[in-house]
Amino acid sequence: MTALLLRDLKLSVRAGGGALIGVLFFMTVVAVIPFGVGPDLNLLARIGPAIVWIGALLSALLGLDRMFQTDREDGSLDLLLMQEHPLVLTVLVKCLAHWLGNGLPLVIASPLLGLFMNMSEVAIGATMLTLLVGTPALTFIGAVGAAVAVTLPRGGLLVSILVLPLAIPVLIFGVSAAYAAVEDPAPFMPPFLILVAITMFFAVLGPLGAALALRTASD
Amino acid sequence: MTESLAITKFSDLANPTRFLALAARLLPWMAGATAVLFALGLYLSFASEGDYQQGMTVRIMYVHVPAAWLSMMCYTVMAVSAVGTLVWRHPLADVSHKAAAPLGAAFTLIALATGSLWGKPMWGTWWVWDARLTSVFVLFLMYLGLIALNRAMEDPGKAARVSAVLILVGFVNIPIIKFSVEWWNTLHQPASVIRMDGPTIDKEFLWPLLVMAVAFTLLFFTLHAAAMRNEILRRRVSAQRRMAARLAGR
Repeated sequence: MTALLLRDLKLSVRAGGGALIGVLFFMTVVAVIPFGVGPDLNLLARIGPAIVWIGALLSALLGLDRMFQTDREDGSLDLLLMQEHPLVLTVLVKCLAHWLGNGLPLVIASPLLGLFMNMSEVAIGATMLTLLVGTPALTFIGAVGAAVAVTLPRGGLLVSILVLPLAIPVLIFGVSAAYAAVEDPAPFMPPFLILVAITMFFAVLGPLGAALALRTASD
Repeated sequence: MTESLAITKFSDLANPTRFLALAARLLPWMAGATAVLFALGLYLSFASEGDYQQGMTVRIMYVHVPAAWLSMMCYTVMAVSAVGTLVWRHPLADVSHKAAAPLGAAFTLIALATGSLWGKPMWGTWWVWDARLTSVFVLFLMYLGLIALNRAMEDPGKAARVSAVLILVGFVNIPIIKFSVEWWNTLHQPASVIRMDGPTIDKEFLWPLLVMAVAFTLLFFTLHAAAMRNEILRRRVSAQRRMAARLAGR
């Protein structure tokens, strides 16, 4: 399991892995927003957490189709399916590796983008914290989509379409927790805890569904 | 490809051949009942007086509300079929949820379109980011995604099982989406939430609505059975074509 984790991490970080492309995409998306809405710093500060979250959501979708596709292309997916460990655990480890390679860089890059958006320190911290808690849920939901579309030759776009509606709760609670930290009347903890609950819920459901889909898609 | 034929035929209780016979016997009656109920329902809804406030536009409700109910019931039917696919590998369940997806999308689209038409004169806008509207729109997107996934795979059995997984994940997720959307809405725009459940509904409106709801439900089951029949026949045709091609190649 550790070997699998390290292997997936190495693959995602090294050339052609696409982990850094995700961060680059994230920065590009966020950087494009001011061109669209205008360089009004107050407005940017107000919509900043939402922009950063949407950017993170989109770039989390970007790398999803590669989650099982590359393994399927070089045949290692069949080995993973045949080994003795429960497939759910294998998928969970692969999700973790995918998150470490693709999700964590987004979280690390988010404060910089928060500065670009003229967000306050509290807002930056809250956005980073909610991203840290929320992006694993995106990976777990995305694993189902990636597993479902693994046999399709051009599955990338389809994965995004399938995953986006399911990821709406993560976005809603992530953004509302980030806003609740800045704006006084709303408390921070309830949406944040619900976000934690969603992540843990999908940490169970996601690998289960993905393992089931991989089994049915492979035979 | 004789195997795929054998697999579609193999099932003890509701094998496709028996289903086809049953559908052939039941479909005319179901279609007839649907037509009669629609005639009655449409007559009642046009005979009922307009609302003192909403005027004639209240009649949109008789199409809108049943379509919205059906859009949710259809997903439930699909989820039950998906369980049938994954647990019992029931060949009819495969066909059932594949046939139901476009119907669900159609009913959801009807609900959205009529709601939009109703919203323009009543609320003054085509679209509001109200919790209910938004969650129905998300449901519509999920239907379209499922249709796209099912159409993207060549092997019908595999496509059915893979989309069954997604249907079930979506079914578990729908309450969360619904709940979160409602929460999101009440947090951000509590003042402009426009609810339809204002005054309790009058008997004058209730009867046409109920008749129309039953008519819509029957319409769904009629179309569903017909679509399932067509899908089974389509699979048989393609299996026989492949068999013929194989024989011709020899």
